[in-house]
Amino acid sequence: MQKEIIISGFGGQGVLFAGQVIAYAAMDSGKQVTWIPSYGPEMRGGTANCTVVIADQEIGSPLVKNPPLVIALNLPSYDKYEPMMQVGGTLVVNQSMVDRGAKRADINTVFVSANEIAEQIGDKKLTNMVAVGALLAALPEVTIETLEEALKAHLPARHQHLLPKNYEALRRGFESAKEQLAVIV
Amino acid sequence: MPKELWKGNEAIAEAAVRAGLEAYFGYPITPQTEVLEYLSRRMPELGRAFVQAESELGAINMVYGAACTGVRVMSSSSSPGVSLMMEGISYIAGTEVPAVLVNVMRGGPGLGNIAPAQADYNQAVHGGGHGDYQAIVLAPASVQEAIDLTVLSFDLAEKYRSICMVILDGCVGQMMEPAEMPEMKPVHRENWDWNTDAKMGKRERRILSSIYLDPVEEEKMNLRLLNRWRTIEANEVRYKEYFLDDAEIVIIGFGTAGRVALSAVREARAQGIKVGLLRPITVSPFPHKVIDQLAGRVDAFLVTEMNSGQMLEDVRLAVKGRVPVEFYGRMGGVVPFPDEILNEIHRMAKVKLSADVHPRDAWLERMAHV
Repeated sequence: MQKEIIISGFGGQGVLFAGQVIAYAAMDSGKQVTWIPSYGPEMRGGTANCTVVIADQEIGSPLVKNPPLVIALNLPSYDKYEPMMQVGGTLVVNQSMVDRGAKRADINTVFVSANEIAEQIGDKKLTNMVAVGALLAALPEVTIETLEEALKAHLPARHQHLLPKNYEALRRGFESAKEQLAVIV
Repeated sequence: MPKELWKGNEAIAEAAVRAGLEAYFGYPITPQTEVLEYLSRRMPELGRAFVQAESELGAINMVYGAACTGVRVMSSSSSPGVSLMMEGISYIAGTEVPAVLVNVMRGGPGLGNIAPAQADYNQAVHGGGHGDYQAIVLAPASVQEAIDLTVLSFDLAEKYRSICMVILDGCVGQMMEPAEMPEMKPVHRENWDWNTDAKMGKRERRILSSIYLDPVEEEKMNLRLLNRWRTIEANEVRYKEYFLDDAEIVIIGFGTAGRVALSAVREARAQGIKVGLLRPITVSPFPHKVIDQLAGRVDAFLVTEMNSGQMLEDVRLAVKGRVPVEFYGRMGGVVPFPDEILNEIHRMAKVKLSADVHPRDAWLERMAHV
């Protein structure tokens, strides 16, 4: 088993942390994992992305050209990664930040209004966790429970009080994606 | 110790601390700065020395001074910064004091960029500084290896009174992977017979210098270094093998280029192509012997690097023209994807390879599309 995930968005949307949470969950489930950020001379508001690879065996390339799993938190990321995706892959799009539908019929595109859901829960900063929850619907190797455990285990003490809202964000994203994927399948 | 998710650069810093690092001197440069940043917090916490020097030149000469006292000392930088340190590195080699230097390589030449590269292979392996000296050079491909080799680098540097360089590219420096740290080792100063200390008048004076004004004395020193190097070559070669038992094509790549090749090798194997991978861990001393042995039983080699074919020449020396050696590289901070290397494997499995054209020339022609 090997799964590659690219998470992309504006700097400040929690792209890198979203990848780290998945990496922690994969590690805690006994999997091999790599997390690598784009580390160009970027600044807040610019684009940021990271690649997470999860596998059962020693991981070769930490980078992937045609990912099977992508989270696009904004339109530039959607435009960039949609054409690069593996056939049959799942693309989670933050519907709050894009103004177009899917161009490809050979991948599963899941639209999640991550900004609105996050705001309903009460913290705009949870956008990334809503999207991660949605991705988990297409990543059975990492369960939502493992991810919650990972958050609990690795979130600094000063942020532990935010856990319930993070859990809610994950579950809302997961449910939203599961409904859409059920229709597709 | 349980596995934790470590970033390559920070893992190197913590591994050095646990190996007994007593003094660190450095200057910030991307993609290496996390080493310095981490140690700026960690070293004072432990009452150890951390100095952000005024320049790389300052940093390497502080390393030189601290190394003379026999403590475990390290600096780290990235390509342009390491170039600035070369004079000091040669002096350290000429004085025969142990020091560890980490180079998180980036695109070049010149200021280049901050993307991952392996273009400082020749600088690290074949000199860099002036004069006849050789450095031990370790090339980790993962965060765990970066930890293990950092710890090893201090042991090797001391054992052979040598410079030990750890070269990695920005990928390994920036990536996070689960890794296990070694136990914290208490700081321990060996009772060397060469280091300077505060024992004036209590024993015969020790002088550490790289000056040998008498050429005959300098030549003796050169011979001493060379003989020591022969011992290093005999004892310290390290590499990792993948699928070599029945391999007809063998890929050779270090660091990130090596692990990207592993993905391609697995895919080619799944397609029934008998290909294996040799990943040098010490690029100096170079694993000549194993390549020499492989050359006697395989059909061809493919060298993959994130440079224009620097290690390629060392592979060719070991193969001695017995079988074709092909090359595939990306430069300037471009990291190859596995499918590029897989294409090369397919090409090699299909066409009759010629040893008449230099592999770099043939590769350049294939790169015309870039």
